[in-house]
Amino acid sequence: MRGQDPAGLRVTAMRTLFALGLAGWLALIFGIASAQQADPVRIVPRLTGTAPPMASEHIPPLGRPIVDDVRRMRNYPEQPPVIPHSIDGYQLTLNANRCMDCHRREFTEGSGAPMISVTHFQDRDGQVLSDVTPRRYFCTACHVQQTDVAPLVPNTFQDAHDVGRKP
Amino acid sequence: MSPSRRDLLKAQAAGIAALAANVTLPAGAQPVPGGVDALQIKWSKAPCRFCGTGCGVMVGVKDGRVIATHGDMKAEVNRGLNCVKGYFLSKIMYGADRLTRPLLRKKNGAFAKDGEFTPVSWDEAFDVMAAKAKETLKAKGPTALGMFGSGQWTIFEGYAATKLMRAGFRSNNLDPNARHCMASAAYAFMRTFGMDEPMGCYDDFEHADAFVLWGSNMAEMHPILWTRIADRRLGHPHVKVAVLSTYTQRSSDLADIPIVFKPGTDLAILNYIANHIITTGRVNRDFVDRHATFVKGAVEIGYGLRPDDPREVRAKKAADAGATTPIDFAAYAAFVKDYTLEKTSALTGVEPGFLRQLAELYADPRRKVVSLWTMGFNQHVRGVWANQLVYNLHLLTGKISEPGNSPFSLTGQPSACGTAREVGTFAHRLPADMTVTNPEHRRHAEEIWRIPAGVIPERPGYHAVEQDRALRDGKLNFYWIQVNNNLQASPNNTAEAYPGYRNPENFIVVSDAYPTVTALAADLILPAAMWVEKEGAYGNAERRTHVWHQLVAAPGEARSDLWQMMEFSKRFTTDEVWGAEILDANPDYRGKTLFDVLFRNGQIDRFAAGEVEAGYDNAEARYFGFYVQKGLFEEYAAFGRGHGHDLAPYDTYHAVRGLRWPVVEGKETLWRYREGLDPYVKPGRGVEFYGNKDGKARILAVPYEPPAESPDGEYDLWLVTGRVLEHWHSGSMTMRVPELYKAFTGARVFMHPDDARARGLNQGAEVRVVSRRGEMRSRVETRGRNRMPPGVVFVPWFDASQLINKVTLDATDPISKQTDFKKCAVRILPVSA
Repeated sequence: MRGQDPAGLRVTAMRTLFALGLAGWLALIFGIASAQQADPVRIVPRLTGTAPPMASEHIPPLGRPIVDDVRRMRNYPEQPPVIPHSIDGYQLTLNANRCMDCHRREFTEGSGAPMISVTHFQDRDGQVLSDVTPRRYFCTACHVQQTDVAPLVPNTFQDAHDVGRKP
Repeated sequence: MSPSRRDLLKAQAAGIAALAANVTLPAGAQPVPGGVDALQIKWSKAPCRFCGTGCGVMVGVKDGRVIATHGDMKAEVNRGLNCVKGYFLSKIMYGADRLTRPLLRKKNGAFAKDGEFTPVSWDEAFDVMAAKAKETLKAKGPTALGMFGSGQWTIFEGYAATKLMRAGFRSNNLDPNARHCMASAAYAFMRTFGMDEPMGCYDDFEHADAFVLWGSNMAEMHPILWTRIADRRLGHPHVKVAVLSTYTQRSSDLADIPIVFKPGTDLAILNYIANHIITTGRVNRDFVDRHATFVKGAVEIGYGLRPDDPREVRAKKAADAGATTPIDFAAYAAFVKDYTLEKTSALTGVEPGFLRQLAELYADPRRKVVSLWTMGFNQHVRGVWANQLVYNLHLLTGKISEPGNSPFSLTGQPSACGTAREVGTFAHRLPADMTVTNPEHRRHAEEIWRIPAGVIPERPGYHAVEQDRALRDGKLNFYWIQVNNNLQASPNNTAEAYPGYRNPENFIVVSDAYPTVTALAADLILPAAMWVEKEGAYGNAERRTHVWHQLVAAPGEARSDLWQMMEFSKRFTTDEVWGAEILDANPDYRGKTLFDVLFRNGQIDRFAAGEVEAGYDNAEARYFGFYVQKGLFEEYAAFGRGHGHDLAPYDTYHAVRGLRWPVVEGKETLWRYREGLDPYVKPGRGVEFYGNKDGKARILAVPYEPPAESPDGEYDLWLVTGRVLEHWHSGSMTMRVPELYKAFTGARVFMHPDDARARGLNQGAEVRVVSRRGEMRSRVETRGRNRMPPGVVFVPWFDASQLINKVTLDATDPISKQTDFKKCAVRILPVSA
């Protein structure tokens, strides 16, 4: 059974770190901008290209996949959860679906993996089937692994709970 | 709504109880704090911002911000599903580096080509821009003025652009990035059926017995359509899937017949299948006799390179690449007779058994076949041929224009069909499949647009690759790019596009939401509103027109591309752009602004701003004082109504999840050209390809011809470029979504392990990818999702720090002028420490 960090300590720590990083980045750009009217465009090679523009610079290593088995909070309920474990060499073909070895309803008790969502049993017309609907067979179209890298720029998306009137 | 007294009392009571029990009640655990109103989300429909599939999404808005998105259950295309990109649409507008003010290169307070980007007002931006345009017009005339648009433009934006460029500035130098994407498909439709876009639709998927992918990795690039194919294949065991590609990829995982062929040899496979159909006596003679004619195409047509390139000089028919001559069935049968199983297997490197199984899918009269293709066919120096050769197979067997029998060209951009093709933003086109070279078409457009006869120029303008060359050569001097990242997308960009943008004679304007490679190579950057920050309309690959409302406001001073074009048009009068001859003959038009004659023309401004649906903002309607989008749509729809391109009344589209044109008497058309399914087919005809005057489709005889560049001793590997699931096109949106970025952090060179070992390279090693044009650095990937055959490498193009188009060749299909991004020769070298 995969560990799930019931106290949520590691996740909290990660989120705090990310929030601090975001705050730092924002402070950096806005701080500089207000202090000395710096270049209004910040060069982030993977987004803006290099400076000078057509240079061939050193390419950093690709980053390691996150395999800590800790479930990540979703940004909103409909978001497909990311995969927090290794899927190297998983067969996902006409003949076999390795993901279902753990996530199929019948196997979750032994594997401790979350069962595929109830939506995954519904066919195109919304009728529930007895197993995963063929249209949801290829898991990786929606569920992706993550790498241990920091975002290139912060994303200012706000959680629904942080938007609008507060009680 | 403020909390009621009762809510307050309840909250207070809970608080007191918690205090008495000495526990703190966390805010999140309180039962519905603030009442149910605080939970409510306003949901509205929109099409997805990414590929040409055109999935419906529901967009959740709270307090002026998008806080969630999900697949729309009511959308026929996707019925509640999205791919991973679609599920993260909520975040694409919120990258922290959104552009919010116009930025102009300035030095000492004035514009300077070598200046630094400086925030300016819209007024100053447009002042400088208009001055530059007028300077160019005065010095060289309208052919030195150009615009590069997009299949991501909304229909209104593409329509406004074609009016502004052709009728305003009198320049046909307007081309969309769809030239890099769909041009071969569009030309092949016109050459075969006389009418653009597929006869079938996605409903074919639920009726087919076989799917054949020709140069398409739908599992990653059209994941939601792939769910429909998976649904059909896995749910119905008799169904077969064949996947043809130059390497093994995720779509191959569902394939009964996985085929990896040598780059460019798909042409031979197509002719072999035709030969197999003929020699095994499975031609549907009745269908062919009644509905098809045969033509032979010109050969040795070159590669669309610069005319002084030795390959062009050698090409015998480069000047007349599209020429055809009529032949008969016997001549056609004799032509394809050369493509025997043995010869084809040897040329393509494909096992004979697989080729025969594939051919049988088409030949077997009991099997309904859907053929699907995207960039493997279209980005091909013989892309028009490849498209037409697959139509040959469907026409020879009569497997066309009916549920489950469908040659289907997929699209890569959300409105490649709706905007680039239907509106006609290609350098030679007008709305509804008309062309600028046809005097009747020009006259018809001038009538609808209410402008004097003779305004629209006759000569087609520069196409995409030609624009890059003309910029570099100093022939195109004022250039406006909207909704695309052309410098990253453009082939051989070190030699052509980049020097063109930085050519001191040229003024380059880029409208974008984010600072892209292209924006940073420009002289003026205009901040753009994106996706649901404006009202919009897209047309997907199955002829579905889909409209959405503005749902949130754009940040800062960002404005829609539509606003930018319309507002800019106010700075020109007809006297400055139309010339004395036209104005002498039409004195009423004197002294008017382009805004007056193009947009306040009594048609586009006839719907009041108040007609915008209650509950939705519309920045353009508010600013200009009329319902701009509705006016543009209704004027545009006049081109197609009654001519096989009928669109429903504009307001209908806000109420439905899109409709497939032609929409006749309120009903959409799922299958065209077949009686009973398409109201345009005359009674008794059965099948009628009414785009052609004779009502028949063309079957084309053309041979296999080699690519423009193949590996040799010096550059020993094939380079194929493309995309990955997690990033869309140049990555300017998806790379700013942390989850998508972290799912695929950068481009890499997918390579066979033996090829890596032979060069002393390990997984993850840093390498140089070098071609005759240029080089870029990357990292080796030998284990990933793409499993390469020896001798072929794949590099995706989304990563701005790894511009693979510094390496690619600017060879195009000579008929469609679409670049071949799939075939050039490179070598891979280690980066020495």
